[in-house]
Amino acid sequence: MAIDAATVRRVAHLARIKTPEDRLEPLAAELNGILAWIEQLNEVDVAGVEPMTSNVHQPLHLRDDVVTDGGKRDDVLSNAPRAADGFFVVPKVVE
Amino acid sequence: MSDLTKLTLKAALDGLKARDFSSEEITRAFVANIDAANPRLNAYVVQTTDKALEMARASDARLAKGEGGPLEGAPLGIKDLFCTDGVQTTAGSNMLRGFVPPYESTVTSNLWADGAVMLGKLNMDEFAMGSSNETSAFGPVVNPWKSSASNADLTPGGSSGGSASAVAGDLCLAATASDTGGSIRQPAAFTGTVGMKPTYGRASRFGMVAFASSLDQAGPIAKTVEDAAILLRSMCSFDPKDSTSLDVEAPDWTQSLGKGAKGLRIGIPKEYVVDGMPAEQMDLWEKGKAWLRDAGAEIVDISLPHTRYALPAYYIIAPAEASSNLARYDGMRFGHRADKASSLTDLYETSRAEGFGKEVQRRLTIGAYVLSAGFYDAYYVRALKVRRRIAMDFDAVWDKVDAILTPSTPSAAFAIGDKQVDPLQMYLNDIFTVTANLAGLPGISVPAGLDKGGLPLGLQVIGKALDEATVFQVADVLEQSAGFTARPEKWW
Amino acid sequence: MTENTKLIHGRTGPWEIVMGLEIHAQVASKAKLFSGAAVGFGAGPNEQVSLVDAGFPGMLPVLNKFCVEQAVRTGLGLNAQINRRSQFDRKNYFYPDLPTGYQISQLYHPIVGEGVVEVEAEDGAFFNVGIERLHLEQDAGKLIHDLSPTESYVDLNRAGTALMEIVSRPDIRSPEEAVAYVKKIRTILIYLGTCDGDMEKGNLRADVNVSVCREGQYAKYKATGDFSHLGTRCEIKNVNSFRFISQAINYEARRQIEILEDGGKVIQETRLYDPTAGETRSMRSKEEAMDYRYFPDPDLLPLEIEQAWIDEIKANLPELPDAKRRRLMADYGLSQYDAVVLISEQAKADYFEAAAKGRDAKLVANWVTNELSARLAANDLDFDQSPVPAAHVAQLVELIETNVISSKIAKEVFDHVWNGEGSPAEVVEKHGLKQVTDTGAIEKAVDEIIAANPDKAAAVAEKPQAIGWFVGQVMKATGGKANPAAVNDILKAKLGL
Repeated sequence: MAIDAATVRRVAHLARIKTPEDRLEPLAAELNGILAWIEQLNEVDVAGVEPMTSNVHQPLHLRDDVVTDGGKRDDVLSNAPRAADGFFVVPKVVE
Repeated sequence: MSDLTKLTLKAALDGLKARDFSSEEITRAFVANIDAANPRLNAYVVQTTDKALEMARASDARLAKGEGGPLEGAPLGIKDLFCTDGVQTTAGSNMLRGFVPPYESTVTSNLWADGAVMLGKLNMDEFAMGSSNETSAFGPVVNPWKSSASNADLTPGGSSGGSASAVAGDLCLAATASDTGGSIRQPAAFTGTVGMKPTYGRASRFGMVAFASSLDQAGPIAKTVEDAAILLRSMCSFDPKDSTSLDVEAPDWTQSLGKGAKGLRIGIPKEYVVDGMPAEQMDLWEKGKAWLRDAGAEIVDISLPHTRYALPAYYIIAPAEASSNLARYDGMRFGHRADKASSLTDLYETSRAEGFGKEVQRRLTIGAYVLSAGFYDAYYVRALKVRRRIAMDFDAVWDKVDAILTPSTPSAAFAIGDKQVDPLQMYLNDIFTVTANLAGLPGISVPAGLDKGGLPLGLQVIGKALDEATVFQVADVLEQSAGFTARPEKWW
Repeated sequence: MTENTKLIHGRTGPWEIVMGLEIHAQVASKAKLFSGAAVGFGAGPNEQVSLVDAGFPGMLPVLNKFCVEQAVRTGLGLNAQINRRSQFDRKNYFYPDLPTGYQISQLYHPIVGEGVVEVEAEDGAFFNVGIERLHLEQDAGKLIHDLSPTESYVDLNRAGTALMEIVSRPDIRSPEEAVAYVKKIRTILIYLGTCDGDMEKGNLRADVNVSVCREGQYAKYKATGDFSHLGTRCEIKNVNSFRFISQAINYEARRQIEILEDGGKVIQETRLYDPTAGETRSMRSKEEAMDYRYFPDPDLLPLEIEQAWIDEIKANLPELPDAKRRRLMADYGLSQYDAVVLISEQAKADYFEAAAKGRDAKLVANWVTNELSARLAANDLDFDQSPVPAAHVAQLVELIETNVISSKIAKEVFDHVWNGEGSPAEVVEKHGLKQVTDTGAIEKAVDEIIAANPDKAAAVAEKPQAIGWFVGQVMKATGGKANPAAVNDILKAKLGL
């Protein structure tokens, strides 16, 4: 499952990280190095093993349907790079 | 009065309670140390001196009335991963430069409720991704220790490098830290301090900038095992705001100290050895066994056969979670937004390319790749299965042993710049610590000896889930037996 | 089967449409799915937003128990399997209305599994639509494009609101069936009280997956379960009215057929229906992020539901539309048509039942579904807001049944009652609308009219249906109050019929 420059371009775009063309090859080489090392996981017999997503063995606790939050627009917008009239403002989105 | 900043947390708390000195005095002493040392050690990214003095005076008022919490008046450093209300929190990233949270993390809230004083925010690897503090946007932290062989600046390890350096350099009584793959224990080992990662779910993750949610856990870095036990208790709580928080009480772990090791069975896993491990580290491990045997423990050879797969599994799981957790840093609602962008997509990509450092970008890319269509099962799901194998390895030995003794790291602190070329070399730092994260177990690093260059080396104790008591008990025996009193010589 | 009516005839032959729907129903909760911020409509921008909803660093989700309960209720209402263990997953994509960069949803282990819904088609026949799953997920925020020519504004009030996504099997075969299915789901949700069904506010909306295939291919798919017999589908996103659902499907099916008949290939993509242009168009913005990288949300644990809780929810379910329809037909002798119309709204059925006790149920049903329904609709009122109480309709029908008033006069009585002039009995009294049953008075009127129109009277012998004209004249002369049956009898006698 070797990664080529095109794959790096695609994945970098998925991750929304601008990657200059001249960085694609070196990155591919780097990632291939890491992935080759990761490949050793294929040696492990995982037949019948359930994937382990969490260390916590307790039921998910649920909260009551009560309004306890919100009404803090100033806090919500306090770190916004750009805001106006109570909204976050972003470049024009074309849908 | 002797140098207050050299006191242990326990001694300082006793002194404060006895009114031998005031919180304001000890706080001012630390502020003076930080002012002098920070230009060289770079441990703090933000100093909150005014706030610290205000908190100290409030503590003094409480202490004067005979009141106060378990940490009343104690000046602490806070890893910049914990959100602090009204105080810049960056997680070591340019992405969050200038970010001021309008909220407080649960862990730090607990500390302030117990009377602690905040000296400032401690430097760290960017988003906790690193083992040397070199990925910080604020520059690397420097280890107060120097090798007798060279005058080179050494790393304090990472990602909690600021926390470790600050504690070792007497820039705070103790510090908060966090550990996703070894980020408390490895820097503790590199700086001759004690670092404790509790059972996953003991400390709330609410308000802690996330790296990998299923692995991240807060804990203390302190000067002694007792100090770590005191600070950990204050940090931990059941938090309804964190769905993975464990609904358990945090006991007084200082009760576990001074009990010796009689009747304890200590496992020695044969897999915790790597090529090129310094002889001193191997010798230290042997010494550790002997100390525990002398204290009445039974030493049991065990096998944790999937140990060597822990690090590769971690380097799938952690980047995968991170790639999703860090998607919120998009320049829309907070954090860095690029000045110029030709379109919305360009704004996303440029903001993130500018805001994130190289190592973070590398891991986000790996994370996106292992979750992407066609690779999810082959990489991510397989890694989760291997993770369970690793947890099962531990489950299988708990009827034979009460705790496990291993080296904390494969080596002592290395020079800044030494392992930057090959990311894999850097990743190997976590080889002995990462298993406890994957299995959610408590682990502590205790300074136990020096390498040939005079640099500290640590031993790690891993325990059963929620059995921090035994971990502290064993760590205490190691600490007492090692009689580790070495301190870095002040050169800064 | 009505298979043939579902065919679309293209230039090269007949085609079939196949559709599966994803209905997004907003859970009628006070607070959001994973945060304590209020759910609501009409608040100022970003007023109903917690830092969890805005995706601030270190913020964590905590699940709302009420939303879980509503998903279970809805699952039970859809005759579906309730999964006692489910899991939340993250769907990753970048969009300015999605603050965390991922939507918390349930891909791998939804809370509700397979079910089936019985839907009535326009012709009165029933068809079944398989439910593949129902899962809980977060809604996104809202982008506002018309406040600035160069920028978009983001309001996160809706972000994090709980949605139930109800995914159907591709069992829907025509635009009419699609509309009937959505209506049926909406009715069930409203009966259950799990969603208010308000499509105007976007609280219920549908994504329609449309594909076309040659005649006979659907039957092959049904027989084998092999999707390759079906065509490539396009997903039309967020259609929020019955009319638009129908229009969008018609347009999209035609578009796909044209492409195929021109020898082209349908590209699987997400499309948006533009009601102004009456066409669907590709949403390229969403296409870029097709690789959603779903994985289990590590901030949450698996959701485990006790059987006892499911049993308790089941025990407290209201009577659902299908059961009510059957009962109305059995208990009141109503036609299927009337029953279906009455159960379309719970309040309407309740109103009917309140009025029908001891009365001619068919007559009550007529009044409820015709006169009253029309009047309420014209005034934009619901049945539970009716100015005419059910007791008044019951009384009105009783007055008709006991021949106190005629059906015709009853309409006039109803007008007065609607205008708040009191009960039907009071109105009849006040306006003197009692039916004239005194045959003497009727005979007198009949005699006078026959005498005044001898030619017409003679013609009736040839054309018996012309008696209607005489009935009209008599009613006119008596101010409409004459008992129509008595008028008929007397006229027939006097005209020698």
